[in-house]
Parts: sequence; C-alpha cells; structure tokens
Amino acid sequence: MAHSFPEEVLEHVFSFIDSDKDRNAVSLVCKSWYEIERWCRRKIFIGNCYAVTPRIMIRRFPELRSVSLKGKPHFADFDLVPEGWGGYVDPWVSAMGRAYPLLEELRLKRMVVSDDTLEMVSKSFKNFKVLVLSSCEGFTTDGLASIAANCRNLRELDLRESDVEDLGGNWLSCFPESCTSLVSLNISCLGSEWSLRNLSALERLVGRSPNLRRLRMNRAVPLDKLANLLRRAPYLVELGTGAFSSELHPDVFSNLSGAFSGCKELRALSGFWDVVPAYLPAVYTICSGLTSLNLSYAAVQSSDLVKLITQCQNLQRLWVLDYIEDSGLEALAESCKNLQELRVFPSDPFAAEPNVTLTEQGLVAVSEGCPKLESVLYFCRQFTNDALFTIAKNRPSLTRFRLCIIEPRTPDYITLEPLDAGFGAIVQNCKELRRLSLSGLLTDRVFEHIGTHAKKLEMLSIAFAGDGDLGLHHVLSGCESLRKLEIRDCPFGDKALLANAAKLETMRSLWMSSCSVSFEACKLLGQKMPRLNVEVIDERGPPDSRPESCPVNTVYIYRSIAGPRLDMPAFVWTMDEELALRLS
Amino acid sequence: MSSEADNSSMNFDETALTLGLPGKSRPSVGEKSGVKREFSEMVDLNLHKKQNNDQEHDDGSQVEVTEPAKSPASKAQVVGWPPVRSFRKNTIKSCKYVKVAVDGAPYLRKVDLELYTSYQQLLTSLESMFSCFTIRNRMNDGKPMDLVNGSEYVPTYEDKDGDWMLVGDVPWKMFVESCRRLRLMKSSEALGLGNRHTPCYKFPF
Repeated sequence: MAHSFPEEVLEHVFSFIDSDKDRNAVSLVCKSWYEIERWCRRKIFIGNCYAVTPRIMIRRFPELRSVSLKGKPHFADFDLVPEGWGGYVDPWVSAMGRAYPLLEELRLKRMVVSDDTLEMVSKSFKNFKVLVLSSCEGFTTDGLASIAANCRNLRELDLRESDVEDLGGNWLSCFPESCTSLVSLNISCLGSEWSLRNLSALERLVGRSPNLRRLRMNRAVPLDKLANLLRRAPYLVELGTGAFSSELHPDVFSNLSGAFSGCKELRALSGFWDVVPAYLPAVYTICSGLTSLNLSYAAVQSSDLVKLITQCQNLQRLWVLDYIEDSGLEALAESCKNLQELRVFPSDPFAAEPNVTLTEQGLVAVSEGCPKLESVLYFCRQFTNDALFTIAKNRPSLTRFRLCIIEPRTPDYITLEPLDAGFGAIVQNCKELRRLSLSGLLTDRVFEHIGTHAKKLEMLSIAFAGDGDLGLHHVLSGCESLRKLEIRDCPFGDKALLANAAKLETMRSLWMSSCSVSFEACKLLGQKMPRLNVEVIDERGPPDSRPESCPVNTVYIYRSIAGPRLDMPAFVWTMDEELALRLS
Repeated sequence: MSSEADNSSMNFDETALTLGLPGKSRPSVGEKSGVKREFSEMVDLNLHKKQNNDQEHDDGSQVEVTEPAKSPASKAQVVGWPPVRSFRKNTIKSCKYVKVAVDGAPYLRKVDLELYTSYQQLLTSLESMFSCFTIRNRMNDGKPMDLVNGSEYVPTYEDKDGDWMLVGDVPWKMFVESCRRLRLMKSSEALGLGNRHTPCYKFPF
C-alpha cells in the first residue's frame, strides 16, 4: 500500500525544512526521498574542507546555491598551523564554477583564498550575492576589486578578521555606480592608511545603497568622516566605526552626536580604535537600543567604559578589554540584565605583572547579576575553585565557557590546589555546556569529571594540563557529543589515542601538538582507520628519520571520505593506502 | 559503540590501558606536567634551553627562562599562548609582528619588533630561535648540515615599498617602522643585495 505524494509535493514540503540535521534525516527515510531531497537542497555546510571533495559534493547535490566551507583547524588562529599547511579554496571554486553557475553565496572560514580565485568567483556566478571571508588569507585588495567590479547583485561583502594585503589601491571605486544592492559591508580588517579617493568612494557607495544595514569600517576611516557616513545611512542596524579619535572640537562632537541620534535602528556597535574618551558620549543617544557592543579595541579606563555600558540596558553581548576591571564588571552586572555573552580580552597579555585589577571577582559578579548569561570568554591572571563553584551554581544555563588564566598551570591562588574541582562543578551543573576551554593547574581528575558529566560537550580545548594518558582516555570515552578536541602541551600519548580509535570517526577532528604521541602510533592509527586522515606535522624533517617511538610535534586527525589529500606540503606526512599495504 | 570492543578487534592488547604510568621507554611521558619537553622547545619562540630543565615545580609555576633580548618586565613567550589572535595584539599595545622566513626551514615564525631596542638584540633572538633546527642541505642529500662549518645567513627585510633590503642599513626605529617581513637568506643568494661590507651573521648550526 503506497500513499506516495507526487515529487513536486514532497519537494514543496522539503522546501520548508532548513536545518542541515533535518535535511539529512529526510534523506535517510527512503531512496526516493533521498533523490528528491538531494535535487532540492540549496544550502550546504562543510566543517572540514578535507572531509569531502568538490566532486563528491557536486555529484550528490547538483543544485546548490549556498556553500560554506572551513579549512584550517581552530589552533591556526594562534599560529600553531604552519604556513602552507593547506585549506586552499581554489579547487572548490574551480569545480563550482562549472557545476553551479547559479551559486549565490560563499562563506569561507580559515581558508587560503587567492586573487585569482576571487576573480573566478566574480566571473563564474552571475547571480552572486554573498561573500563572507572569515579569518581567511592569501588575497589582496586587487581580488576585492574584481568582486566589486563584476558582481552586479552583490549584497554582502564581509571580510571579518581576514588577513588582506592592502595594496593601497582604489578598489572601492570599482563598485560601479549602478551597484545599489549592498546590504552588508565589513572591511574592518583592512590595514593601511587610506587615500582620500578611497574615502570618498566609500561615501558615494554608502550614499547609493538604500538597503545598507551593516557597515563595519576599518581603523583608517577618520572620525570626522563618520558623521557624514551616518547621515547617508540612517537605517543602519550595525555599525563599526574607524578610529574614534580626533582633535577635541565642539563642532565635530555635536555633528557626530547629531548623526548618531538619527540612526534609530542601530543595534550593534564596534570599532572604537584609538578612543578619545571625550567622544564616547556622542553615542549615548542610541545606547538604549543597543544589543551588541564590541569595545575590545578601546583602550580606555574603567570609568569611561562604565559610563557608556550602564546606558545600554538592553545589552545582550559585550566584548571588552580587561581595562573594565572588576569594578566595571560589577556595574555591568547591575545594569545589563539581558546580558547573554561576555568576552573580556587581555590588554597586555605578556606583561609579567597584572596591569589592571581584573580577577575572578568580576566574572563571579556577572554570573550573579546576569540571569541570561550563557557564553563566556574570560582572560585573567588568577582564579579559585570557589569562584568556579559559585559561577556554576549561579549559571547552570551556561553553554559556552572559556576561561584563560594567562600563566600556564596556575593553581587556585588561595589554596594552591589544582582547579580540577572548580571545572568539575562547571561541567556537572551546566548540563547544556557545548563548548569548554580549560586553563590553570589541572590534573587527570578534571578529565574524569568532564568524561563523567559533560555529555553535551561538542568542543574542548586543553593546554598544559593533565598527568598522562588516563586524562585523554576519560575525555574520549566519556564525552558522547564531542566533535572537536584540540590539545597542546599535555602529556597525553599513544595508549589513550589507540584505545579510542573508533571514537575519532565520530568526531570532526582531533588536534594534538607538543604532546607525547609517537610516530609509530600515528602510523598504526592511519593504517587501521581508513576513514581517518592522520596527518603528522613536523618541522624537523621526515618522521622516519627519527626513532619510531619519538613523539611527533603535531598530529592532526580528522574523518574523511575523500582519502588522503593531494596538496600536502613537505612538512606534513600521512599514511596513504599504498604505504599501509606495504607495511601491514 | 564501545571502544573496548573495537579495541580487541584491532588487536590493541599491547596498548590496553592500565592505571599505572605509561611505558618507561618514553621518559617524557611520566614526568610531571610542569616540564617543557625538548621537542616542543623547537617550535617555541624565544626560548633558551636551560641545562637542567627537568626541574619539577609542584606549585605549577612555569619554568622561568631567561631571554637576553627581552625587557626584564615581560616573560619568555610560548608560541600561540595566551590564545590571543595577532590582530588583537597588534591593535592593543604597541606591537609590530612581522613574519620571519629562513631559507631551508619549512616553518615561518613571527616576531614582535617592538620587543627589541637594537639590531643586535633582534639578531641574537633570531639566532636562538632558529639554532635548534636541523636544516636540510640539498647538496648533502638531505643529511643534516655539517655543524662544524655552519652556514652563513644574511638578514634581509622587505620594506614598505616592497623592496628587499639588508638589515642594518637604516637607524633602528626607521627599520621597525618600515619593515614588513624578514628573511634570513643564504649568503650565496644575497650577493645581489646592497653593500658587500655589510656583515654576514654566522649562525651556529
């Protein structure tokens, strides 16, 4: 008895299903649903560009309009992945240029993008709308010029935190006068000083973009230009200023203040490089509407920060430097009852002595005062188990908790004990915790707690912690939802890795650098697990030029159906099948 | 899916976990976590190896390392720690991170030029940074270079205009301002650049 709907009906139903998880579930129901679903899937997210090939993607999903790709592992952000490791997007764009002429959106993170690739993007996809390059590198403003010149319907150009070589040209003028479709422009990462021609090109571009809602400029855009820009874009929802400094002049201030008050839709502010505190009050009129405030470049004193922050009662997200100090965080906890996310960055991470009074007290105060707090990133120099107990008790709703005590292996500064119990309380109470970064003095006990309690944990970052293999074993055998595990400078070795080899296929990736994993174990793992790519990254030359028991510098393991990659540089070794056959 | 079941099917009996310390054949594994291992020092910036670096510190404090080029106020830096992205470091305090390439070494490094006050400090630091390498010499079929003879490297840099210059030609401050990246070039390749009288720095490989 078959009550099957016609394909068109099913397709129509499926068009309401957006999430990848649900789409994947639909495709598993039966063969015909699999077929129908794959032809009508429009969006894909690939968390590791080496897990699959462009050919496989195109073969299964012939009609994609939106592709998101991630390349290098997270620790690349901290210079732990050597240059030339990989993550090149060019093969993807070449293949998609042929297969997806109707592609509209490309979102890349930690990938290497060249100017040629950007030119290919700009010319291959007639209806291209969205380009997001997050923490990417390898391209210059010439590549941006191609995008500007050729993408007639561009809606979004977002270069967040990418490393762009600014050739100082005039790329903004390459947007034709007929381009009026921009909704979002983020060029905050661009480095060098700008010519007046670029600035006026920006003004004209903003002026002819009635749909512009997100504009993040770079440091080079001077404050005295900001008022004009704001007046041309009064419907902005998100703004990133340039440098927030100028010679003190009442006209500049009143002009700026007036311009801000005209922007009644503003919900997010960022930028604020080189802040002259006297100019901060220019934004006061729109503070009550702000939900997101990024002051992480603003090197100003706590009192100035507090004056601003306490006006933002609807704040949901705050990024700030540790200049805010404990006192400022206490004020935050009093005023901003809707706060969901707090990030406190270090103003002087390499100073031997603390330069500000930012301690565990600040975070405890926020955990007490902000009932909706769920996401924390906190750099500081001291912590206690008690403070962690309190935070865990106050905020069982935490989903992301990243604590970075700057000095590795710092104990509880009052009891001088490891912080095992404190982090144990966090994982035990915060049952929805998805992301955790550890620091301070930690033994294998903390990993026992994590393995026992952190059942929803998806991403874990560990550094300078643990006593031996048992620690790693607890994590790999206990954390059922674990997808990404990154470890550096821990005494974890072969045993836990090999004993939990099957677990690795259920995860996206495992990174271990400066640990005690031997080349022998890497080879064994690579041989026995064909669906894992086991990459040994070592600068000292071929691993087989040293004893097999010698620890490798870095091993990066990820699941893949693409097989060994073909673009490995000289300092990366992997066990390919041929070699595996010869050795087994 | 139990890892124990998979364990036996892959014949990992030898590697089955026990509660005792892992095998003694790898001495580094049994040590307390307070110790930095030799191999990890190779990729750490600006660290001099102490002769007796197997001291253990129960209070968990980092092994203090001396570094002549640093001001006394700041500690020796570990690569990638604390985990702060370089664009943040560059904007917060006066910081001038530039990439350093050495002919023959696969990895690039980054140094913060603001940490030094003279050419000598910078070059001493670069020496210690790259001295741990086993540099491949293509002429010797990949065998490590003859340590006795060493090799001569010439420090060069790319300036704001994209030109490659010899390090040391201009006053220090001007150099810090205009330097975009550094390259330690094999002296045989550097013949075309500038002045023959510029000193070649001999690295004790």
